[in-house]
Amino acid sequence: MSDDRVYPVSIEVNGTLREAQVPARLTLVDFLRDTLRLTGTHAGCEHGICGACSVLLDGEPVRSCIMYAVQADGRKVTTIEGLAQPDGRPGALQDAFCEAHATQCGYCTPGMVIAAHALLETNPAPAEQEIREAIGGNLCRCTGYQQIVDAIKLAAGKNTGNAA
Amino acid sequence: MSIAPPQGFRYIGKKRRTKEDPRFVTGRGRYVADIALPGMKHVALVTSPHAAARIKAIRTDKALALSGVQYVLTGAELCAGTEALLPGVDAPKVTRYPLAHGVVRYAGEWVAAVVADTRALAEDAAEKIEIDYEATEYVLDPEKAVEPGSPLVHPAHGSNVLYRRKFVWGPVEEDFARAEHKLGLRVRWGRSATVPIETFGIAAQWDPGQQLLDVWASIQMPKYPDQIARALRLPGNAVRVHFDVDVGGSYGVKRGIKHTVLVGYLAKKLGMPVRLIEDRLENMRGGDMHGPDRIFDLQLAFDSDGTIRSLKIRALDDVGAYAGRSPLQLGKPVGAIVGPYQIHSVEYEPISVMTNKTAQEAVRGFGQSPTNYALESGIDAVARHLGMDRIALRQKNFIRKDQFPYLIPSGTSYDSGDYHAVLDKALAAADYPALVAARDAARKAGRLAGIGISSCLEPSGGNSSFEPLFNPKNETTTWMDSCLVRVDLSGAITGVMNTSSSGQGHETLVATVLGEVLERDPDTIRVVHADSLNALPSNSPVGSRMAIMLGGAAAGAARKIKAALLAIAAHNLRKDVAELEYHEGSVSVKGEPRQTLGWAQLVEIAHRKFHQMPPGLEPGLQAKFVWEVPTGGGLPTADGRIQMYPCFSFEAHVVLVEIDPETGQPKLARYACGHDCGVMISPDIVHGMTFGGIAHGIGAALYEKFAYSDNGQLESQSFMDYLIPSALEVPALTIADHCTPSPHTTFGQKGSGEAGYLGAPAAIACAINDALAPLGASIAELPMTPLQIWTRMQLARAGN
Repeated sequence: MSDDRVYPVSIEVNGTLREAQVPARLTLVDFLRDTLRLTGTHAGCEHGICGACSVLLDGEPVRSCIMYAVQADGRKVTTIEGLAQPDGRPGALQDAFCEAHATQCGYCTPGMVIAAHALLETNPAPAEQEIREAIGGNLCRCTGYQQIVDAIKLAAGKNTGNAA
Repeated sequence: MSIAPPQGFRYIGKKRRTKEDPRFVTGRGRYVADIALPGMKHVALVTSPHAAARIKAIRTDKALALSGVQYVLTGAELCAGTEALLPGVDAPKVTRYPLAHGVVRYAGEWVAAVVADTRALAEDAAEKIEIDYEATEYVLDPEKAVEPGSPLVHPAHGSNVLYRRKFVWGPVEEDFARAEHKLGLRVRWGRSATVPIETFGIAAQWDPGQQLLDVWASIQMPKYPDQIARALRLPGNAVRVHFDVDVGGSYGVKRGIKHTVLVGYLAKKLGMPVRLIEDRLENMRGGDMHGPDRIFDLQLAFDSDGTIRSLKIRALDDVGAYAGRSPLQLGKPVGAIVGPYQIHSVEYEPISVMTNKTAQEAVRGFGQSPTNYALESGIDAVARHLGMDRIALRQKNFIRKDQFPYLIPSGTSYDSGDYHAVLDKALAAADYPALVAARDAARKAGRLAGIGISSCLEPSGGNSSFEPLFNPKNETTTWMDSCLVRVDLSGAITGVMNTSSSGQGHETLVATVLGEVLERDPDTIRVVHADSLNALPSNSPVGSRMAIMLGGAAAGAARKIKAALLAIAAHNLRKDVAELEYHEGSVSVKGEPRQTLGWAQLVEIAHRKFHQMPPGLEPGLQAKFVWEVPTGGGLPTADGRIQMYPCFSFEAHVVLVEIDPETGQPKLARYACGHDCGVMISPDIVHGMTFGGIAHGIGAALYEKFAYSDNGQLESQSFMDYLIPSALEVPALTIADHCTPSPHTTFGQKGSGEAGYLGAPAAIACAINDALAPLGASIAELPMTPLQIWTRMQLARAGN
């Protein structure tokens, strides 16, 4: 039911502190997209399955569609825009996705990149099965995952100096 | 035909980065949900809880009393204010509007639309709308729906059958009489769809000053602007569709006419920008995106040596409660009705029947993949009957490479191919002897394992000939596409395409082709999507057509630019064009390289120096090209023969499946696909779509189903019930390329947008049944879910 009350939140988004007054029921994905106009984070299923809305919360990948903005108060959020270079060009992992042509429609891509980034932060040289498990909660309908797995291997190779 | 591998291309067929990827990987795509219009209002939908009911009363006052609610629209007003949506076949009494009026015909059908300041407020208000229904009889089983006395989904139509015809091509009865063996089988393709990760969305804004409706949509629909304008009773030039919206996946389903008519009506009526972004439930239940749901009855006539003489197919397709383009999905398979096989005669009886379910829309392959599954099941049944090897049987019946062009009984001529070579490549890529050894070792160890084989065609680039075939009142014989190329004063090239893209990389396609013809670096070429009032004719990216049709149009326009440059050079160098040569944008006198006019000089003459222009040539430097389907367009013969598609890609799948003996969970242990789509313009794009098509086929074969309860409720309403394969269900995939150029196209290309999906379900079904064979069990229905496999295993072990 509609409730006009709003609550203050203070969230560090891509390195910048963002403060706002938000309704309790505003999801984090809607806060990012509608309030901050960071539209790189996509809503796919809005029930926590497809992973398109993944962002990093204090470095951990989470589903921003099943989390409220007020729950992110005082936390650090990184979105797909935050993984690009300062001038907006692709960062290293994003560049590997371009090299391997790991996108088609691009809709699941931000969530995939977020999941891959979180994997490589903790496991710089993952095996193929570890890559598949890391992106196993992110659905893609275009690619059959093959070129996404290739891209993550490529990025991992560059991480460890063993470019594929 | 002599078949040489493609040689001498500068950019075509090379590993190159795509133009679209950088914006997608950085989150800078622009999808419909990213469009924020000032003052925009939001729509939520009230839907029917009944499979069939009369609407007795709708009370909206409590919803309208909520702060922030702008309007509630119901069917009575919308039906009075708009034209009915067009059915794909001649069924004028199967009327349809975006909102139900008087009756509802499926659970989830839209009954009212609420417009509010935010989506959340609109949903709150939707819950306050009270509707009185009187439940009526409904029918869910398509076989019951065709029987006399069944409840009628549209009583005014007089029957639940939307379309039915028996085609006979060639001496079917004689061939059956002469054949040494006959067999019959029934297989069923379950109700699944493409289910893009982005739902459908539309935003619209009416400008009363200009009398113009601007539309931004997640769309993949031929003749979309025309259909909206017609339904909204507007002239065609009062609707402007912005095709520069990135579409988050479609694979056929994003047709969106009813959504757009609803939102367009509201935007005009209210004088406010209005947006509808489906949530996942709206998408899966009332979004009109279910795919074919077919029962096939096949009969095959064949000899002891494996020669298949004739084929009868009866296909009963449950299209749900409304027509749309769905009946036509039984029409496309006519163009490849014998698959890759030399089958002398065919009887085909497509039956399109309505039930009280969500309406069917186009799905990747437009009905071809279910037909391929049925045909391949028939081939496997023949192999079992004769005790013949499945591969040898296919090889025996394949059309040989020296038989092209090959005319099939239903009137289509296949362009080219080498099916034996591609199957051989697939078997080699899978290491078939090792696959057999692995299967046999698994069986010896008491596990269940099976190998699946399939081979099929991908008809591509057609002119929608199923429309006149299935509806004599529809005389569509062209399905053109176009490209405009501009070279500006700085010498930069811009290609203009005329529809939206949903992941197929068309900007890369156009840039590569323009670069190839003009010998300019594709990375420097920009490609834009015109809005519909600026656009040349296009029929949207359907039917694996864009490499053929947009690629051909771009090449045609680029050749006109090149001809203009040569004409300018000839005039200024005082030579005949025949004495000149073009190289990377410069034009020289043959053998005299010092007599050269460079790209910048030629462009400047075209843009500034009319006194140096040859007589009769327009100043400026731009060219358009509108291309008709290369095999032309004609109407079908009286017995329903028609050249339906110009180009035929081919694919052969080889898969090893192991089944967990405790849970029935199948695991795809090895997967290889041999693929021939002629000359690949962008190999990364072709491979990507083929990988994705296989993954989609894995879903259709094993996991995905829109299941209905006995009282007509959709039971798969979320991604917890409708299971899309993840990276853990899709194995590492191997594609073995082969290239048989098409003689009909600019560079020898064929279509590939539906690749993988067309053969994967057949191959996986074949593998599951090979795995179950030692138990004496089999399954003749997709999806072959783990539960279904487990159940068959238990029944077999219990001796049933």
